[in-house]
Amino acid sequence: MELLPTIWFIAIAVLWTGYLFLEGFDLGVGMLMKLFARNNTERRVLLNTIGPVWDGNEVWLLTAAGATFAAFPLWYASLFSGLYLPLLLVLVALIFRAVAFEYRGKVDTESWRARWDWAIALGSLVAAFGVGAALALTTTGLPLNANGDREGGPFSWFSGYAVVGGLAVAGFSLLHALAFLALKTDGDIRHRARRWFVRLLPLLLLPMAGWALSIQLLDGKPWTWALAALAVLAASAAWMLARQGAEGRAFMALGGFLLLGSASIFGAVFPVVLPSTLNPAFDLTISNASSSDYTLGLMSIVAAVGLPLVIAYQAWTYWVFRRRVSASHIPEAHSFLPAVAAKAFTTKG
Amino acid sequence: MELLVYSARRIVLHSVEVKVLRYVEMLNPPTVGTALDALEIARWQFGITTVYHFMMVPLTIGLGLVVAVIQTAWHRTGNPEYLRMTKFWGKLFLINFIMGVATGIVQEFQFGMAWSEYSRFVGDVFGAPLALEALLAFFVESTFLGLWIFGWKQLKPAVHLACLWIAVVGSLFSAYFIIVANSWMQHPVGVQMVNGRPVMTDAWAVFTNNTALVAVPHTLFGALAVAGGFLLGIAWYHLWRRRRDGVDTVDADGKVIAGEADIPGRDRTDHQVWIRSLRIGAVVAMISFAGTAITGDAQGKLMFQQQPMKMAAAEAACHDGTGFSVLSVGNVGSQNCDDVVAVIEVPGILSFLAKGDFNTEVKGVNSLQAQYKADYGTKLPDNPIYGDRAGQEIQYVPVMEVTYWGFRMMIGFGGLAALAALIALWMTRKGTVPESRWLMRLAVFGILAPFGANAAGWIFTEMGRQPFVVAPNPDMNGIDQVFMFTAAAVSPGVSAGEILTSLLVLTSVYAVLLVVEVKLLVKYIRGGVISAMPELVHASVDENEDATPGPGGPGTGKPADDVLAFAY
Repeated sequence: MELLPTIWFIAIAVLWTGYLFLEGFDLGVGMLMKLFARNNTERRVLLNTIGPVWDGNEVWLLTAAGATFAAFPLWYASLFSGLYLPLLLVLVALIFRAVAFEYRGKVDTESWRARWDWAIALGSLVAAFGVGAALALTTTGLPLNANGDREGGPFSWFSGYAVVGGLAVAGFSLLHALAFLALKTDGDIRHRARRWFVRLLPLLLLPMAGWALSIQLLDGKPWTWALAALAVLAASAAWMLARQGAEGRAFMALGGFLLLGSASIFGAVFPVVLPSTLNPAFDLTISNASSSDYTLGLMSIVAAVGLPLVIAYQAWTYWVFRRRVSASHIPEAHSFLPAVAAKAFTTKG
Repeated sequence: MELLVYSARRIVLHSVEVKVLRYVEMLNPPTVGTALDALEIARWQFGITTVYHFMMVPLTIGLGLVVAVIQTAWHRTGNPEYLRMTKFWGKLFLINFIMGVATGIVQEFQFGMAWSEYSRFVGDVFGAPLALEALLAFFVESTFLGLWIFGWKQLKPAVHLACLWIAVVGSLFSAYFIIVANSWMQHPVGVQMVNGRPVMTDAWAVFTNNTALVAVPHTLFGALAVAGGFLLGIAWYHLWRRRRDGVDTVDADGKVIAGEADIPGRDRTDHQVWIRSLRIGAVVAMISFAGTAITGDAQGKLMFQQQPMKMAAAEAACHDGTGFSVLSVGNVGSQNCDDVVAVIEVPGILSFLAKGDFNTEVKGVNSLQAQYKADYGTKLPDNPIYGDRAGQEIQYVPVMEVTYWGFRMMIGFGGLAALAALIALWMTRKGTVPESRWLMRLAVFGILAPFGANAAGWIFTEMGRQPFVVAPNPDMNGIDQVFMFTAAAVSPGVSAGEILTSLLVLTSVYAVLLVVEVKLLVKYIRGGVISAMPELVHASVDENEDATPGPGGPGTGKPADDVLAFAY
């Protein structure tokens, strides 16, 4: 077993898990803009909980993809080209979502906000679903030929696992967002989020449990079975803690569920990074898909310094914006346009 | 008549039908025939998405630096106009920044999606700078910008300012890593071929590639030029509007008498905001033009060594010689030198551009083409990765229409913007702009010139590299076989229909968002400072005492979340 490719397999698993942990709740909050928030003030509360951090969270996705490119170019090339159309959807969803956060409040009309609210909600849903499908398929396989190229046309990647994986990440994100809102807001939203969390937890975690279980059945090892069992325990703990009103600990327990669940999945498929459903001989593994030891070594040094730094200053961000947000903090929208500009603004809404 | 309409409609419907059918056909698994189309479509997609992304990037980098300097000035002096400038230009910066973020993700995914063979070939060396960009630069940029946007009150003023600087420095590193990756495609160094793929052996060589070291400052000056033109044009508009509305007047000497209107934010400080912005913009524009010229000259000399064909094509220099073409006519797009005629040529200048003297013969397209054919073959190898193109004649001359005019547009637009900045500085020496509406329109329209120069420069350097995606390195010993033809780089498993789908989808999404972004920018620009500082409407006496903590200490009495209006 090669040391450096193993380290980088772990590093990429960590990056994806970090992405799901962090962007998980902001994707979920995005979806909740339409599912949960009742009026504009509540939507502003939801936005303010993730406003300062969502962009930094999204960089985890870029880093996960970039690190896959650098450490396992063949994995990156086969996965991304094989999932061409679903990833296109993810890209469009992420584009609209990002722009919507920034542009939603820039014009003060209901229709403008409503349009961008849909962009946020749908963009978050599609991005979560697409990323989940892609991750599930990298654990269950694509119809790859000897060169690592997808056979069978634009939709040959499709399988039930894509749906399960998509639902898994979308469901987890929603639940994670409810935990996050219970932790980050105050007043009615806080209590409602907690109630929803307790009520919906089994349903929303079901697909992720299904994915983890099927991977265990396919390639499980004793220690990954154990991790999966611990993940179930963590989920139960999250449920009980939320019932008792321990919001912070419920949030962390749910994070523990993600961590353990993803470790059980990545651990089970190791050392295969992308199986071929056509022929096991075409499987991409950490040895045949990785970069040279020189490149991996260089990247290891940089990541050993860089990643803890990232975690440190991102943690600091959460500390700076630790205060709970509530509806009473949201000022009335006031028209701030001076008379001089009125002409410029009345021309269009 | 009706029959005519009917049959016309039939024809239209039929052609739509044929197009739909052909489209459906292309969605199917690639055959040898469609692999060819996939390459062309993928190239168009990369070109369009990259040029579009690079509209946002230089403005982000340039404006970020300018805003950081202005906020520093506010921090040190406490002058209210600097705070207003920070908020106003910062708001525009953010509207633009998000588009750069959104379109940047496409860039990173695109290599794997549409160019899987390229990714497999270069991954060992090319992936590292991309990963490091995300890890060391983009994380910094996004996180600290979030802190800056939302931290106006949560953070101490010095810490808040530091966050902006850290984000800006992050964006500079971002540019550096991306250019290192691109420069490796222009000039592959630090690698050895192992099993047909370049493997990194010398990271220092990759990260200090001389191609990158000259391209980084060139790109940064180019970005600053964009910011300079942006400040100049918008500030001119506002000064002009103050004059038109009779707020500012001029005395007998033409010197400005700044006035006040009975509207919040339209006071004398407002005049200061715009005249200072204008002057900063003009000076930045001129400095950055000088910077791009000096670094561009160094870059050109390097490129004459590293990619002589690109430079020869930039000059439409068909035969060896020393002359610089001021104007060449003929069918430069034919990629054939026989009918290109240099109408005006200045002897010696080409040699100066290439070598720094006036008499060294510079090789022209014709002799270079022979040399490339001898070194890299006349036909694409019989390898399945070339699809239909295997065995085809290789065209070593890039599309000269693009390289020749791209090169001239880059320099022309850049020079024009700098000249305009000089004239603007002189015209506003008495503190305001002339009343002419046309001059104002010219200044606003001039914002586009540096954008044009940036786009032209990139199109020139990327198209000039063809037919290679990784250009060979003529002067390197041992590793001069590190190159890749663009024709081999596209994803073999992806059908032309898929790439066409993404090209259509992304182009339409980008077009819609461009309209939205420009509309918003126009709205906030017209609104002036007040649109970025609603607190001015409510502020009574001194804006340093409002919601924003200034050097004088945190303000009091304002509801804590008012400042979020800056973010949303």
